[in-house]
Amino acid sequence: MELIKANEAVVKAAVLAGCTQYYGYPITPASEVASAAAKYLPKIGGTFLQAESEVAAINMVYGAAGAGARVMTASSGPGISLKQEGVSYLAAAELPCVIIDVMRAGPGLGNIWPEQGDWNQVVHGGGHGNYKCLVFTPNCAQEMADLTVLAFDLSDKYRLPAYILTDAYIGQMMEPVEFPKARTQVAHRDYALYADRASKDQVVSSIFMSTEGLEEHNRHLQRKYAEIEEKEVRYQEIQVEDADLVLIGYGFISRLLQSVLENLRREGYKVGLLRPITAFPFCSKRLNELAKQGKAFLNVELSNGQMLRDVQLAIGNDKPLYFYNRMGGMVPSVEELTNVTRSYLK
Amino acid sequence: MSQQILEKPASFYEHFDRKGGPKDTTHYCPGCGHGNVHKLIAETIDDMGLADRAIFVSPVGCSVFAYYYFDVGNIQAAHGRAPAVGTAVKRTRPNSIVISYQGDGDLASIGTAEIIHAANRGEHMTVFFVNNAIYGMTGGQMAATSLMGQKTATTPYGRSAENEGFPIHMAEMIATLEAPVYVARCHLADLKGIMNTRKAVRKAIQAQVEGKGFTFVEILSPCPTGWKMDTHAACEFITKEMLPVFPEKVLKDEIATRVGWEHEIKEFTDEEVVASLELGMLGEPFPYDKKFVDNFETKGFKFAGFGGQGVLTAGAVFAAHAMQEHLQVSWIPSYGPEMRGGTANCSVVISKDPVGSPLVVEPDVLAVMNDPSFDTFEPTVKPGGLIIVNSTIIARKAHRTDVEVLYIPLTQIADDLGLKAAANMVLLGAYVEYSKLLPLDHLKTIVPKGIKRKALGDQNVLAVEAGAKWVRENAKALKPVPSLTA
Ligand SMILES: Cc1ncc(C[n+]2csc(CCOP(=O)(O)OP(=O)(O)O)c2C)c(N)n1
Ligand code: SF4
Repeated sequence: MELIKANEAVVKAAVLAGCTQYYGYPITPASEVASAAAKYLPKIGGTFLQAESEVAAINMVYGAAGAGARVMTASSGPGISLKQEGVSYLAAAELPCVIIDVMRAGPGLGNIWPEQGDWNQVVHGGGHGNYKCLVFTPNCAQEMADLTVLAFDLSDKYRLPAYILTDAYIGQMMEPVEFPKARTQVAHRDYALYADRASKDQVVSSIFMSTEGLEEHNRHLQRKYAEIEEKEVRYQEIQVEDADLVLIGYGFISRLLQSVLENLRREGYKVGLLRPITAFPFCSKRLNELAKQGKAFLNVELSNGQMLRDVQLAIGNDKPLYFYNRMGGMVPSVEELTNVTRSYLK
Repeated sequence: MSQQILEKPASFYEHFDRKGGPKDTTHYCPGCGHGNVHKLIAETIDDMGLADRAIFVSPVGCSVFAYYYFDVGNIQAAHGRAPAVGTAVKRTRPNSIVISYQGDGDLASIGTAEIIHAANRGEHMTVFFVNNAIYGMTGGQMAATSLMGQKTATTPYGRSAENEGFPIHMAEMIATLEAPVYVARCHLADLKGIMNTRKAVRKAIQAQVEGKGFTFVEILSPCPTGWKMDTHAACEFITKEMLPVFPEKVLKDEIATRVGWEHEIKEFTDEEVVASLELGMLGEPFPYDKKFVDNFETKGFKFAGFGGQGVLTAGAVFAAHAMQEHLQVSWIPSYGPEMRGGTANCSVVISKDPVGSPLVVEPDVLAVMNDPSFDTFEPTVKPGGLIIVNSTIIARKAHRTDVEVLYIPLTQIADDLGLKAAANMVLLGAYVEYSKLLPLDHLKTIVPKGIKRKALGDQNVLAVEAGAKWVRENAKALKPVPSLTA
């Protein structure tokens, strides 16, 4: 067992999962990810490169993935915005990679405090075209490690970029982490360029000149996303069964909601918590089921309600859904959230 | 005209099956220079026997379809980013021969950052820069390399210095950098130009084969369509208009004097990888004491002081100790601009249950090492909580009367040991001895493992012991504190 910063746990987990390459551009609050990668990757014969920009970094990720490496990058809001064209290329060329987004507050330069304002640009494409990325939303250091490994595996399996969508607070936290066993031998990828005769005929590309061809490629991608929605939804429920009101929140907020739940249960209120662990695919089905059971929902976010739209879509407009948010790097206290939640309980 | 000079090399597909439409002609316009450059490259790949190892990075521009023609590994890059893509391909496959190919819109405008930095890092790749002074693919817009007065779709009155500035000299710029080993400019206007281009192409690729470093060849190339000229006039445009601005020249050639790079590919075993990650530094946890864990009540701690007093480390070591006692822990620092102001603090939560919020807003225990921290956090402590005040530095007494306060000369105790930086460990020793929250002897075994600078391990244990000793010796004076602090 280690006591380790979540931003560092990500890197150690990635290395244990066979990641050998990191390309990134510094930005607070994702800098520890880069520092850890710079420290550990060269020791195992891997590459750490500080790129000239996020744009260059994501295109390096594309190159490394095209050449068959397990590769990662990390950034935060403004840097993720810059990467979007490259992410679209990765998704279109069906290349796997892991992107860590340690969210900070925006829009614009904003500040470096935690927010959840990247949901839209990460979960709903962000770049151009009809693509999706896998998105994981850890809420502790252990999950930062475990979900990073899972992100590499599923990104490989389905051949698409995977995000770890986290925030400034989770990233900075030190918590106990039990690392998984090393599994560094990466399977051969038959689409990748190995600079040998066998792979010579590969073309890594996202261009489809014929409209029919591109439509078919789009349909293929959509089928893949549908399969992911079928098989890879992950979420955590705490005391949802008998709850009248279900709290919904992800990442750092879910930690606060956990404390809120404990407080209110002690007071005798029937409160539950549903925490999405994957943002794409989203736990829409489960939310819909719970709504049909007559439960009310309180969605808490550090954004203007970016996840709220997905929740609304899942449960329908006629169900009791409440919303509470903070923005700009402000984080609600447990007491504040407890009071808000209590006000919706009769 | 120039097309006939060249034969079809083997690494150039016989038929262009990847292409829609006719399979025997390229998609390029008649008289376009791209086809010639492709063939010169393919011929070199053949002659040097590189087809299996070569990876061609195609750009966005008219040459986006290079993979129709090259019977080598192909990867298509986003507009301007070929050097970034090539960088990572080469680093992932050091055995590859990376050939990055870009137009002037791609390389000299949208991708200037990528080309300059790939060159500056001395990436082991070869870049062919086809300068046709115009954007071919998008319909003849101005390029950064367009000539003064040149009329294009976006400079209908001719390029002017006031509005568009001057033609950019990429080869000259790149030649000023230290890392590149070979930088040349050539042209395709006539047979001699083509033969010189051929030489440059070979030299650049050969240098990569020998691991000499980054090589760059700018090629002035006709775009009859974009220039709205016939093939003949286009060649004349290069000779008469372009060459005076962009002279044919080897701008840098250090191939002979550079030492070749040999990248050793080392495979690491899982065991070696694990060993490199510095895992398990805290060793085995202490024996599990069920009664102790079950009875442990959740406690929130705040450690605060100025930078250099080691409050973040104190919190981390303390949390590590609790973790080794099979408790749940979290540690979270304050961070960002206020760290620069010199004050730092961290929150630590210890519990038998999974930790909800890791932020400690109302600490059960507050340890303050300097005045600003005392002022800031004194009001936040839970009634009935404990404040440990570093009385060497903080002169004032607490205002609160509903909390316990220990005034301990932490810095003085550390100084007396000759361990100026160890006041944080004195604090831990004192607190653990006073509260008996965790076993002191366990703490002493954790401290050397939990701090970054292992060489100071033993000294830090002395500091822990000194803190504990101070508490033992002053225990009486410490007892009924709340009323004393009124
Ligand atoms: C991000 C982005 N911006 C703009 C374009 C449109 N575009 C395609 S090719 C091109 C310019 C190509 O000119 P050049 O690099 O000189 O190559 P040529 O076609 O002349 O060979 C542009 C602007 C694009 N594909 N992507
Ligand atoms: S537009 Fe110009 S660069 Fe493009 S194919 Fe035609 S001649 Fe060549």
